[in-house]
Parts: sequence; C-alpha cells; structure tokens
Amino acid sequence: MAEGEVIVGLEVHCQLDTKSKLFCGCSTDYRSDGPNTHVCPICLGLPGAMPVLNKRAIEYAMRVAKALNCAVLHESEFSRKNYFYPDLDKAYQITQYDKPLAEGGYLEIEGDEGGEKRVRLTRIHVEEDPGRLVHMGNAERGRYSLVDYNRAGIPLIEIVSEPDMRSPREARKFLNKLRATLEYLSVFDSDKEGSLRVDANISIKGSERVEVKNITSYKGVEKALTFEITRQKNMLRRGQRVERETRHFLEARGITQSARSKEQEHDYRYFPEPDLRPLRVGSWVDGIVLPELPDARRERFMAQYGCSLNHARTLTGELKLANFFEKVVAPDPKGLSALAATWIADTLIGELNYRDMGLDAVDPGSFTMLVRLLKAGTITDKSGVEVLRVILDQRLRHETPEKPAEIVARLNLARTGGDTGAITAAIEEAINENPKALEDYRAGKAGALNFLVGQVMKKTRGRADPAELNRQLAEAIRKRGA
Amino acid sequence: MTETSIVFEPEDRYHAFLTVCDRPVHAGGKLAGVTVAVKDNISTRGIETTCASKILRGYVPPYDAHVVELLRHAGAAIAGKTNMDEFGMGTTTENSAFGPTLNPRDTGRVPGGSSGGSAAAIAGGMVRMALGTDTGGSIRCPAAFCGIVGLKPSYGRVSRYGLIAYANSLEQIGPMGKTVTDVSTLMQVIAGYDRHDSTSHNKPYTHTPCVDIKGLKIGIPDEYFGEGVDPSVAAVVRKAIGRLEELGATTVPCSIPSMAYALAAYYVTCTCEASSNLARFDGVRYGPAADIKKPWHEAFQEVRRAGFGTEVRRRIMLGTFALSSGYYGKYYAKAQVARENVRKDFRRIFADVDVIAGPTMPTIAFRLGEKSDPLSMYLADILTVPANLAGIPAISVPCGTAAGMPVGLQIMGRHLEDERVVDVAYAYEQAVV
Repeated sequence: MAEGEVIVGLEVHCQLDTKSKLFCGCSTDYRSDGPNTHVCPICLGLPGAMPVLNKRAIEYAMRVAKALNCAVLHESEFSRKNYFYPDLDKAYQITQYDKPLAEGGYLEIEGDEGGEKRVRLTRIHVEEDPGRLVHMGNAERGRYSLVDYNRAGIPLIEIVSEPDMRSPREARKFLNKLRATLEYLSVFDSDKEGSLRVDANISIKGSERVEVKNITSYKGVEKALTFEITRQKNMLRRGQRVERETRHFLEARGITQSARSKEQEHDYRYFPEPDLRPLRVGSWVDGIVLPELPDARRERFMAQYGCSLNHARTLTGELKLANFFEKVVAPDPKGLSALAATWIADTLIGELNYRDMGLDAVDPGSFTMLVRLLKAGTITDKSGVEVLRVILDQRLRHETPEKPAEIVARLNLARTGGDTGAITAAIEEAINENPKALEDYRAGKAGALNFLVGQVMKKTRGRADPAELNRQLAEAIRKRGA
Repeated sequence: MTETSIVFEPEDRYHAFLTVCDRPVHAGGKLAGVTVAVKDNISTRGIETTCASKILRGYVPPYDAHVVELLRHAGAAIAGKTNMDEFGMGTTTENSAFGPTLNPRDTGRVPGGSSGGSAAAIAGGMVRMALGTDTGGSIRCPAAFCGIVGLKPSYGRVSRYGLIAYANSLEQIGPMGKTVTDVSTLMQVIAGYDRHDSTSHNKPYTHTPCVDIKGLKIGIPDEYFGEGVDPSVAAVVRKAIGRLEELGATTVPCSIPSMAYALAAYYVTCTCEASSNLARFDGVRYGPAADIKKPWHEAFQEVRRAGFGTEVRRRIMLGTFALSSGYYGKYYAKAQVARENVRKDFRRIFADVDVIAGPTMPTIAFRLGEKSDPLSMYLADILTVPANLAGIPAISVPCGTAAGMPVGLQIMGRHLEDERVVDVAYAYEQAVV
C-alpha cells in the first residue's frame, strides 16, 4: 500500500424482501400506506409481546451468505443492542453480535487496476429495522417529530466488508455488484425507498479512520466518500490530524458532518436475547440451492450471445437489464444479439438515465422490433436513436408508445436507398450553398467533407447512411471537376 | 359459547386487588364460572395492566396474554388484577406503587411477594384460584407466607406471551390456589405450547394429582436447613418430610454446593435483563406521556424518574452497570457460568433422587416494614432462586405453622416433571387433612 492510499470498508444494511416482518406477522408492504398501519403488539414493542423468528428471513440471509461465499455458522445467536431513541420501540434492537449468522466470504468486483478484485467480507448478520421519525414543523412554528413504526421489525441483513476498497469508485462497484447479487437471489428489491443503507469506514493510510453514517443511496456512497477523502487529505496537507470519529452524510448538501461526541459514546450493553433460542441451521443451509448469479450469467452472455466483456458486464450488472436483454433477443438470438447488446448497453441505458427513467418504461417486444429494423438496414443508427427517443418521450408523457415501425412511417425515417433523387439533390444543394467548404476540401482539409455530410444529413433528416453519403459526396465533388 | 356474567364484589380488606372486575363474564368449560384473579403483570385485553407501577398507569393492553386467552376459553371469570411488587421486584408486595397488600393471616405482616396480591386474594377467600408469576420465588414465597399452594412450572411449560417481562430467562407464569387440586386444575388450563413464545415446550399438562408416592426418593439438601434458615421453620419442614416418609418415600441427604453463588448469579441475571426490558417505558407509546416540547432524552428521563419506584430504579442501575462495556465478562458472563453450575448440581442430584424437598422460605412472613434494607430482602430468596436458575418445577404447599404463621414445604423436580412435584404436594396435603 502506498502512502496516502485510500482505505474503504463498508457496512451495508439491506432490507430483505420478505412478506412479513422479522419477528411478527405484520406485512412489510407498508410504503404506500399511512403511518402506523402495519403494526402489532410485537413490532410496537408493547409490554409482554415476544418475538418469533421469521424462518423465511433466515433462509434469505443464508442464500446471501452462500452466494457471497461465507461460512454459515452452525449455531448463531440473537442479542439485544440497547439504546434509547424514540424510533426504537423496545429501546433495544434485536440483532446478532458475537455469534452472527455467517462469517468470512468475498465479493468480486471490477477493480480500479483492471480485472477482477476480491473484496473480503467479515460477516453477515440478521437484525430488525427500527421505526422511523418524521420531523414536522419548522423553526417558527416549533419543531416536533412523529414516529412511524411501520418500518419497525422489517428484516435487515448487515454485510460487513473488510477494508479492501481503494477508492469511491471501487466502493460503488462493490455496492452495485452486491445489489445485483441480492436481486438475482430474489431477496431484495432495490427499487424500494430506503431498502439499502450504508455506513462507510474511510481512512488515508497512516491516519485514523472515520465512520460516515447514514448514506442512503448508491450515488451517495461515491459522493460521501469523495467528499470525505478530500476533507481528510486537505487536513493532512495542512499538517492537521484526522480524528477518529463518526460523521453523518448530509445527502442534500453532499457533505459529511461530525456527529455530536455524545452519540459516539454509546455503550450498547449487548447480551443474548433471552426470548429467542439459539439459531441452529444444521442441514437447512445445505438444502439451499442458488440461482444463476451475476458472474455466471456474465460468462454465459459472452459464450451464448457473443457479448463483449464490457457489454456482458453491463447487461448482467442488473437483474432487470439482463432479463430485458434475453427477452429482446429471444425471437432470434443469433441474429439479434450483437446489435441488441450494443443498443441496450450503450444507447438505451444512456437515454433512460438522461430521462431518469427505469427499464420498466420499455417494452422488450417493441425493442426487438427496433433492433430488427436496424438489422435489416431499414433505418440508420441515427434514426434508431430518434425512434427510441420518441418512444421514451411518449412514455414520459404517459402516452401509449407507438410501435417502432409506426414511428418510422410517420416521421418518414426509412433509409433513403442508394442513388435516389432526394439524396442527390441534397448533395448538390449542400455543395452549392457552401462554396467555402468545397474550396477547403479541395485544399485538402478533410474536415470540410464532414461538414458537408452534416449538411446533407440535416436536409435528409438522417435517413442517409453516413458511410454511403461520404462516398457519394466525394464522388459528386470529383464529378464537378476543378 | 354463551357468556354469562357474575357479580364479584369482594371486600378487599387486604388490598389484594389493583383492579376489580365486578361483572366478569364467563363461558362454559373446565373453569366455568370460577373466579380467577390475575397478577397485574399479565396482559389483559381491555383491563388496565400496570405491574403496580406508576409508569404504566392507564395502560390498557389491546391484547390478552396467552394464558388469559386460555382462561377465558376455559370459561373462567377474570375477577381482577392483583397487587404485586412493582414489576415483580420484591419479596413482600410492599414495593407496589399503589400501596402494600396485607397478609390475611396476620395483617401486621406482609403476604410475601411479588405475587402477594394473588396469594392474599386466595387466602382471604376472595377467589378460588389466581395466576402468579415466579422469577425468583414470587409464586412460592407468598404461597408459603399466606398458607396456600403455588406452583412455579418448569421453564417453557407455560407461555410467557403477554407477561410483562422482568427477567425473561428466569420467570414463569404459574397457578396458585387453596388446594393442590385447584393448582393442578389451573395448570391443566394454562400449560402447553404457544407459538408466540419461542421458549415454550410442546408439553401440555393433563395430569390429575395422585397420592401414591411409595418408593419415591427424596433428596434433602443440607443447604436448605443450614445457616440463615429459621430453626423453627426448619423443624416444621423436617416434620413434614417425615410425613412423606410415612407415606412410603425414602429420603437421602444431598448437597448443592453451587448455592453459594446462586443468589449472586440470580441477581446479576435478573437485573441485567430487567435493565433492558424496562427501557421501553419511555412515555412514547403508552403510560404517562413524555413532554413532547422537550428534547427526547430529557423527556424520557423525566418520565422514567417520575414513573419508577426506588427498588426498580436500583435494579435498572445495577443491571445497566453489570452489562456495561468492560464489566460484562465480570458479571453477566460469570453469572451464566454460576447458573450452569447450579443446573449441573441439580442434574447430578436428580440422577439419584426423584424430587428435592426443603423449606420454601427461610422464615415466616416478615412484619410490614421489617425488610427495609434491600440486601436482607434479597437474602430471603436463597431457597427459591435455584429452581429459577435451573428452570425446574417447584411447588410450595402449606405444612404447618411456626409462631402461628404458615410455613411452606417446597418440592422441586426434574425439568418438565411438574406432575411429580404436584403429586408429592398432593400426597402430603391429603395425608394431613
């Protein structure tokens, strides 16, 4: 490790996508309902109520442990983590402490130095989510908080990594890979708000480490770490010492802020939860069969569809995307795979991100039609993008999107074949209107031809094939003679 | 099932009840029409449940404890909620935030605790049966002091769901009654598996008491007749054991060396668990409300300072200290080792004997106010806590008097052999009637 190197370790909390809560039968599907509507004596922590472990949650957690190459402990134990906070119904959180569900393991990510890199894991344990505070009022009208216990008791797994990441980018890669793995396992829904929360431990080699809490989005992780690295490096540059402390990430401002020292002095007084028996998984864990995971699917995409490593990585990096790709090419895998891979991985993702849209907006059947039009040469790449944009924009306006062929017809986007009058006319027009460009081209400036190509494309609204157009333009100029 | 209501208007001279249900309804069943009092730390839907603490004043549970559901199902009429030491923390029922219960046998004395209200309600003739809870002797002590029968079942035999926890790993809900038969009948109703209590065993109790104890081997531990045990109490109990021998049982002396650490192990464990269990009383969800204009930690402190009594605060602080970082290994972990040693001692003894017998309490009921320093009160639990530490069944049955006050004979058995301790108590009871 070089001096000044960045060292990052993550603690990732993920909500397990079970139907009911970790210790009671309340539904976990609370997000669209009013506050305190998914509660019972158990998750409200009413006096006398007792927890009963949700076996499905343990099974989900074991799936994760197996997929991440961890050793599932034969006997694990739940403990109480004691602290006061208004959102914590029992004033303790039932979690796992010195006997977690699983230990060790690793996750392979694409490292900064290229190639696969192993990030080692320390442990995975199961715990319950606390409730949620909703802050009301303002400085003038008096602030107060309301408590919503709908979230209380939602099953979480905490995945703790070793400090094996060397940059914010690697941290993001880790999270993306982790998310993909959890989704492939059908135990996690990343679309649900607050389903993933991250605490990051970060240090510059040779200095104290700082814990940044409260990161609630994938993008936030990279932002928080980048901020924190800059802050720590600036301190060191100025000859200051980095204190070992806990900081909160303020997502809206993109900064981290020191937590009050009181909050750091927590003594959680862990002890075994007397209302639950030790958890013995025995042969249960052996019976768990894993589905195809991202790495395996990536290899398969390369072998089966001839995808490039980068395309395969992108396409399998999200379960929905991988499924989408396979649906799009299903009617003709041999014929469509190559084009579909490029069009999904390179074009579609960019257009979706630009509009802040999800993949759900696109119908795979419609996308197959688009790829077929491109494959047949009916439309140019440029027109293909236009068709895609029309579809997405119609979606954004909540209209029923047209079929690609309808858009092509309506906008007259079909490629103008060979030496038709329209193109020849456009070429002649472009040359006539731009004598300077003609002159430049003749003077040996290659850029001038590109300019003229652009002019013709404009006039033909992109229907002309650029390569072909190049040839035709050069030919037309040559014909004019000196 | 049709429901009928009865009139229940007891003259509560001993302050046995915190809440009286004067028109309790009941249905048909094994306990049809029987008035049963319920200790106030057991949740009753629609009936205020306070644990005799100000911090739960006004709390009306929205659900029934599993045992209460079973009672209602058996047709019992819930007569009311009985007084207790606040959250079960005490041996006299003087630690109730709502005033002490008096011993019906001598109103200048305590009924014992912490299920003192339940015992007094039975001894005073107000109800036939009652539910108590026993964390370190809280059923057996008041049973002994008031001259009634009380069973602490094997750990896991009766569901704790709905019992407001004081020390989860030690306590059990159990039956109390005037006679062994009543206790056994009530046990039939409340015992059995409950999926809401992960520590519960699938072992229903369907037993009818039987007087035949011929050939039974009884262990008599030296420690139960040693230092700190009132000689007059010991003499009464020895005589009772002699009676069991007359009925065909044999006795052998034995020893429980781990008892030297039992009390310490018990008080460390129960205060640790209590400090965590009682942390939820913060005025946010139930009980007297926290002042929302104040920062939450100030408001919590205020609610808790005003709501908890002295003994409860003492135990919360002891437990908080014992669990804190750097002390856990010294106290909690050590206590679990001592606890395991108690279990081992019992296993060793029970390899040879069927039951163990001795006094329930080292003395007769204290005078009101007599146990003013906490330590001497804690010491009074020495003969009852071993059964809680080991999770074994233990029954207290009246076996005579000393200085005019009742003395209890305690019978302890192997884990899940509640039937056997009931039989021994029954055999004794029937022999002396």
